[in-house]
Amino acid sequence: MERFGASFLIAGVLTFLLGFFLQGVMPILTLRDVPIETLEEIAKTPTADFVQLSVDYSAEFERDFGEVSPQSFAEALDLGRDLYIAEACWHCHSQFVRPISNEDIRFGAVSTAEEYQNEMFLPHLFGTRRIGPDLIREAGKHSNDWQMAHLYDPRSVAPYSIMPAYVWYFDDYQRPLREALALVAYVQWLGSWETK
Amino acid sequence: MNESVVSTPPGGRLVNLDLVRWHLGGSAVFLAISIVGGLAYSFQFHNLYPFEGVELLSPGRVRMVHTNMAAYGFIANAFIAGMLFAIPRLTRQPILSDKLGWFIFWAWQACMTLTILGLLGGYAQAIEWGETPIFVDPLILVGLVLLVVNLSVPIFKSAETGLYVSLWYFLAAFGWTGLVYFMGNYLPQFWVPGAAGAAITGLFIHDLVGLFVTPIGWGLMYFFVPLLLRKPIWSHALSLIGFWGIAFFYPMQGVHHFLFSPIPMYAQYGAVVATIAIEAVVLTVLVNFFGTLHGRSDAMRGNLAIRWFYTGMVMYGLTCLQCAFQVTLTFQKIIHFTDWVVGHAHMVMFGVFGFWIFGMFVELWPRAVGRAWVHPRLLSAHYWLTFSGLALMIIDLTAAGLVQGYLWANLAPWAESLDASAPFWWVRSLAGLVIISGQALFLWELWATARGPAAATEFVPVGEVA
Repeated sequence: MERFGASFLIAGVLTFLLGFFLQGVMPILTLRDVPIETLEEIAKTPTADFVQLSVDYSAEFERDFGEVSPQSFAEALDLGRDLYIAEACWHCHSQFVRPISNEDIRFGAVSTAEEYQNEMFLPHLFGTRRIGPDLIREAGKHSNDWQMAHLYDPRSVAPYSIMPAYVWYFDDYQRPLREALALVAYVQWLGSWETK
Repeated sequence: MNESVVSTPPGGRLVNLDLVRWHLGGSAVFLAISIVGGLAYSFQFHNLYPFEGVELLSPGRVRMVHTNMAAYGFIANAFIAGMLFAIPRLTRQPILSDKLGWFIFWAWQACMTLTILGLLGGYAQAIEWGETPIFVDPLILVGLVLLVVNLSVPIFKSAETGLYVSLWYFLAAFGWTGLVYFMGNYLPQFWVPGAAGAAITGLFIHDLVGLFVTPIGWGLMYFFVPLLLRKPIWSHALSLIGFWGIAFFYPMQGVHHFLFSPIPMYAQYGAVVATIAIEAVVLTVLVNFFGTLHGRSDAMRGNLAIRWFYTGMVMYGLTCLQCAFQVTLTFQKIIHFTDWVVGHAHMVMFGVFGFWIFGMFVELWPRAVGRAWVHPRLLSAHYWLTFSGLALMIIDLTAAGLVQGYLWANLAPWAESLDASAPFWWVRSLAGLVIISGQALFLWELWATARGPAAATEFVPVGEVA
């Protein structure tokens, strides 16, 4: 047990594969019958908040996304998710509600595995820290205007907030750029599939 | 370990000290970047972020620079330096190729630079501890494979006589690291979404600590501690138990990062059981090392490297004990998502592995630059500032976590939990300032020593430093 092969192959490779099977492969097998939806399938029906976004910021929306359509919705969700990752929003906002500690009362329905079986969670954004609140039930909790103001200057609508201001997603006249629209569309999508 | 194994054979250079020096230097540079980033980020919690409104220095991006440079810049560089020193001396074989060693050095620093630029530029990947941009991942993987080849060949050449415990750990890490890196950075990114993907990133978070940092760290401790104490490790049997226990239990714990999540519950239960089991294994390793120290505990006062090593081991014991409790579902109800976890992470990554690295610096830097420490008192001050700053930070964040967790569970308004956290966050920033002032002294002393007068003798034994 003190030889090259034992250390490298048994300790190094074999134990990894055992652990990987138990903790990584088995959950995949458990969920194998739940189909994985593509972005196009998710975006087939744009949400009410997205439609409202095209009204609230009509000039900017038309400039950046044209009309409300499955294509423009998919585009906005994709970009919004990418920006959410680029700014590491997920390091301060988790995306799952646990069945304990009154989280269902605070945030909404407890999360289930099938909710995450789609391309938007590739990679998943569960998060491990809540410096701000969980966002998986965020859809419809605030208006688009609130979300936009909060993104530009969090303290203007939530005086206690310690979130950074993302002013670079707005132009000199404090109007949203394409990125701000996409981020709000994405955040308002989170949990929109839940019947409230 | 007997003396002959660790002494350099006459004639013929066994260890490439230039490579060791440059890797240590790289480690120090990224340490500086990482802690400056961490401190700046902590001021966001007071709404006093120094670079407010600057897109490229957005706090979320800087946070990722802080963690990734701690893991891959500071720790990995120093561990490579340690192995470049330890492996040739344990095997009496030089590394496969010095040229390859230099290539790996520059490639690794290039990867780190690209990672910083990529993270700040908005190309992060949403894998915790693996935020390195997707275009850097293959480069790091190739670098890891080359490193493994370069360092495995000397071990393979000397393998016929049976290997010393340090080399078991290194070899296991060589097997693990590439597999872990591939699994964590690719599967959840391209193929496995949602809850199953989360199980795999949980594995990655844990394996990065458990299968990369931990085995190399312990391997280096099994090398340096007997060397500095001039006595063999206490029990060979305990070494065996510790190694195989860690190898068996560590790879099956990852899902404990997502307890009460939508990941299938059996995987969560399995992770909890394996995590509690490893506490027993870790105890055997610690008993072995404290058995080795027995009769030589004066070294804790007289030898700064030993003091760093054993302080780190006490922290390791505390971390693992903490793990065995915090991994239970009872604790998770309150402490998950809170600052408790942040305190825990700092205790492991900095309090254990950072401290071991500082001990290695104390021993290796004078050898690598061929000069004695210029101001040994600065090194002692570095120890006390780092230790007291970190201890303050850990206690503070642990307490903050409990306060936050209970306020959340009690359905207090979110604003109230922020109010209650504010004083804790100020103490955390203060602790960060104490730590960073210690590192400033340390970096200055590294520089002064490298630039100082060449030592008349080869180098000063470390025992006299403190």
